[in-house]
Amino acid sequence: MSSSTVAMPPTHYLNNGLTLKSWLFTKDHKRIALLYLVAVTFFFMVGAAFAVAIRLELATPAGDLLSDENYNRVFTMHGVMMVFFFLIPAVPAILGNFLIPLQIGAKDLAFPKLNLLSFYIYFVGSLFTMYSIVSGGLDTGWTFYTPFSTVASTSAVVPAALGIFINGFSGILTGLNFIVTIHKMRAPGMTWFRLPLFVWAHYATSLIQVLGTPVLAITIVLVAAERIFGFGLFNPAVGGDPVLFQHLFWFYSHPAVYIMILPAMGIISELVAASARKQVFGYTFVAFASIGIAVIGFLVWGHHMFVSGESVYAALVFSVLSFIVAVPSAVKVFNWIATMYRGSVSWETPMFYVAGFIGLFAIGGLTGLFLASMGLDVHLTDTYFIVAHFHYVMVGGTIMGYLGGIHFWWPKITGRMYNDLLGRVSAVVIFVGFNLTFFPQFVVGYLGMPRRYHAYPEEFQVLNVLSSAGASVLAVGYLMPLFYLAYSLKYGEIAGDNPFGAVGLEWNTTSPPPTENFKTTPVVTWEAYEYPTPVEGHVV
Amino acid sequence: MRSGTPLFPEAASTIAPRVDALYLFLVGLTAFMTILIAALVVIFMIKYKRRDPNSIGARIHGGMALEIIWSIIPLFIVLGIFVWATGIFFDIARPPAETMNIYATGKQWMWKFQHLDGQREINELHVPVGRKVKMIMTSEDVIHDLYVPAFRVKADVIPGRYSHIWFEATKAGEYHLFCAEYCGTQHSGMIGKVVVMEPDDFQAWLSGGVQEGSLASAGSKLFQDLACNTCHRPDAQGRGPVLQNLFGKTVTLASGENVVVDEAYIRESILTPSQKVTAGFQPTMPTFQGLVSEEGILQLIEYVKSLKTDMPVSAVRPNTGGPAPNENTPAQAPPTRN
Repeated sequence: MSSSTVAMPPTHYLNNGLTLKSWLFTKDHKRIALLYLVAVTFFFMVGAAFAVAIRLELATPAGDLLSDENYNRVFTMHGVMMVFFFLIPAVPAILGNFLIPLQIGAKDLAFPKLNLLSFYIYFVGSLFTMYSIVSGGLDTGWTFYTPFSTVASTSAVVPAALGIFINGFSGILTGLNFIVTIHKMRAPGMTWFRLPLFVWAHYATSLIQVLGTPVLAITIVLVAAERIFGFGLFNPAVGGDPVLFQHLFWFYSHPAVYIMILPAMGIISELVAASARKQVFGYTFVAFASIGIAVIGFLVWGHHMFVSGESVYAALVFSVLSFIVAVPSAVKVFNWIATMYRGSVSWETPMFYVAGFIGLFAIGGLTGLFLASMGLDVHLTDTYFIVAHFHYVMVGGTIMGYLGGIHFWWPKITGRMYNDLLGRVSAVVIFVGFNLTFFPQFVVGYLGMPRRYHAYPEEFQVLNVLSSAGASVLAVGYLMPLFYLAYSLKYGEIAGDNPFGAVGLEWNTTSPPPTENFKTTPVVTWEAYEYPTPVEGHVV
Repeated sequence: MRSGTPLFPEAASTIAPRVDALYLFLVGLTAFMTILIAALVVIFMIKYKRRDPNSIGARIHGGMALEIIWSIIPLFIVLGIFVWATGIFFDIARPPAETMNIYATGKQWMWKFQHLDGQREINELHVPVGRKVKMIMTSEDVIHDLYVPAFRVKADVIPGRYSHIWFEATKAGEYHLFCAEYCGTQHSGMIGKVVVMEPDDFQAWLSGGVQEGSLASAGSKLFQDLACNTCHRPDAQGRGPVLQNLFGKTVTLASGENVVVDEAYIRESILTPSQKVTAGFQPTMPTFQGLVSEEGILQLIEYVKSLKTDMPVSAVRPNTGGPAPNENTPAQAPPTRN
C-alpha cells in the first residue's frame, strides 16, 4: 500500500488550468471524462428519483400516490434517463475516455476536438429530453412502441425523441474515436494481444455504437415523421405496420444492452486481474468473447417479439441465437473465477465490487435463458420477471462494474484514496439491497404481474412491499460512495502512483497523470497483466 | 383469483404444467450454477486472500482444455433447453384444427368478447373446461396483449391484424385476464377475469342472457344493411365474387398471386378492396373504412365463414341453446400467419 509520505505530483491534468473555460473547452480526454462524470451522475440521480416514485407508488396495490397519467410519465422517464443518459454513456464516456489513451500509452484520443463535441452533443440531447419532462412529460415507455407513440399519445414525444436522436450522435462519435484511437495510437510494443481487456471490450462496444446507433436514429426520425406529418409508416389505419417499428427499435436496442454490459465486463477483467495480481485466465478467449457477443448480439433482436406476431420460424432462429450468445458470457465468468485461482486476492473495495458483479450477473445471465426459451417467454414477457432480469444485467451488472471501476481508478483520477472500509461496506449494501429489490420481482413476474402497471391485484402486494423496502437499502448503498468519494477529494490520503500494486500503463504514470499522460512515450515489452516478481516500479 | 400471498401461479390449462416443468428445471439450473459460482468466488477469496502486501499470484496463462470444456458443455445444455422450449412454443403458437372460436377486440382500455352464439362480454370471458378455445383477436387502436397467467399464454393484439391464442382450460374457477402490452393511461385498468365453467354450467350460461341471435346472423344483417348482398350474390350473377364456401379456399388475384381467404384477407377486402382484387372482377367495390367497426368486421367474417351452403343463413336464427357450433379452421391456412 502507499505510504503516507508520498506527495501529489506538482503538475497534473487537474491543476493545468483552473479557469471554468479551461474545463468547458478542454480537449484533454481526462477532463472530458470528468465533465461526463458530473453530467452522467446528475442523470443517474434524476433517473433514481423517478425510481423512488415508482417504488413508493407500488407499495400499495391501489394507484393512490400518483395519477395513472403521472405514473406512466414517471416510469417512462426512469427508463429514458437511465438507459440513454446513464447506462449507455456511463462506462465508455467516463472510464473509457479517461483510460483508453492511458492504457495504450497514447497522449489523447485520436480526435480530441471530436471528443469534446461528443460531450456537448450529449449535453444538448439531454436538454431536449429534459425539456419534454416539463412540457407535458412522456408516457410512451422508453420503448416508444407504435402506433401508441405516433398516434395515441398526447405527451411530448417529439422533444424527447429528438433528444435521444441527438444523443445518439454522441455515442457514434465516441465509438468512432475509440476505434481509430485503438487502431492508430498504441504505443510501441503495445500489440493487439497485449491490450488490456478493458480496451478490447471498448473496441467491441464501439463497433456496436457505430453500426447500431444510426438505425435507432433513423427509427426515431420515422416516428417523428409519422407523428408530425401523418406518414403511414407504423399506423395500420393509414397503411403502416406497427410491428415494423419493433424490428427497427430492437435491432438497435438489443445490441444496446451489450453497449451497457460489455464495458462493465471489461472493467471486471481489469479488476479481477489487479485484485488477484495475476494474468487474466484465457486472455484471448475473454477478448474474443467480447467480439463474439458484439457480433451475435446483432442477430438476436427478435427475441423481444416472440408474442408480437413474428413467424414461428423467425422466432426459432432468434431463440437459438439468443441461447448461443449466452455461451461467451458464461466463458467470461468462468475465466474470471479461474483468474482468482492461486492468485493473491486483495480484500480491498474493487474486489468486493467484482464479487458482487459476478453474483448478480450470473443470476441476470441465467434468467436470460428463461426468456430465450420461447415456450416460457410467452408467459414471462411483459411481466415483472423481465423487469427483474434486465435490472440484474443492466443495474446489477453494469452499475456494479461501473462503481467497481470508479473505486479502482479513483486514486488515478483524483490522486487521493477514499476510505476503503466504507467502500467495502457500500459494495455489500448495494449487493444486499439489490437482491432485496429485484429478487421478489422474479416471483411476482412468474405469478403474472404485468410490467408498467400503476395498480395491481392485492395478492401481489407483499412481494411489492419487499421490493420497495429493498429499494431503500439500495438507495443507501448508492448514496454512500457519493459522500465518501466527495470527502476524499479534499481529505483523502494521497494515493501515490500505484496504490493497488497493479500492472498496466496507467499505473506507470503519476496520479493524477500529467496532461500529456506520460513524460516519455512508453515502450511496451511485457504481456498484458504480466506480474513480475516484485520489482521497483510495479509494486510500491 | 386467490387471496393471501401465493408464490406460484395457479395452473389451469393443459399447457401450464408443461411450461411449469421447464420453469422449474431452469430455476434448478440457475440455483445450481449461481451457488457454484458464488461458492467458488467466496472460497477463492478466502483461500487465496492476500496476506503479504507484496505477494503476487501464480503464473497461469490459461488452459485450452478447460476453455473447451466450459464452452462446449454450456452450449449443449442451452441447445437442449432450446429444443425443449421450442416444442412447447410450437404447441402454444399453433392452434389445433378443431377449436371453439371466440372473437376479442381490444381498445383503450377494455376488452370486448363475442361468442359465436351471439353473447357479448366486456372484460369478462366465459369458457368451458375441456374445450380447445381459440381467441381471434384484433385491436381498434394501439397494440394490446391478451394475457391469462393461469393459462400461461399471451399474444399481442395488433390493430390491422388478427392474432391468436388458444388454450384448453382444465379447472373451473376465476382467473386474471390482463393487458400485457403497455397501451396508455389506463393500461393497468384494462384487466378482467376469465370464468372457467364446467361444460353444463357453460351451456346454461350460453343459453341465458342475450337473445340477439348468433354472431353470423348479426353479420348477415350487417351484410344486408351495408348492401353487400347487391354485388356478392349466391348465384354468380353479381358484380363481386360468390362468398359461399369461400372461407379457407385459395383464390387467384388479378395480379396472378394466390391468396388464402382467411380472416385477415376478408378484413382487408372490406377496408381496402382494391388492394387484392380476385381475378376476373373489376375493382369497383368501395372501401368500408369508417362505415364498419372492428366488431362489425368480425361479424361479417363469421357470416362469410357460415356460408357453407348455397343458401345464406336466415337473418334471425333463433338461439337454440344447443352446443356451440364448432368452427373448422381450414387446414391449409397457416395458423400462425400473423
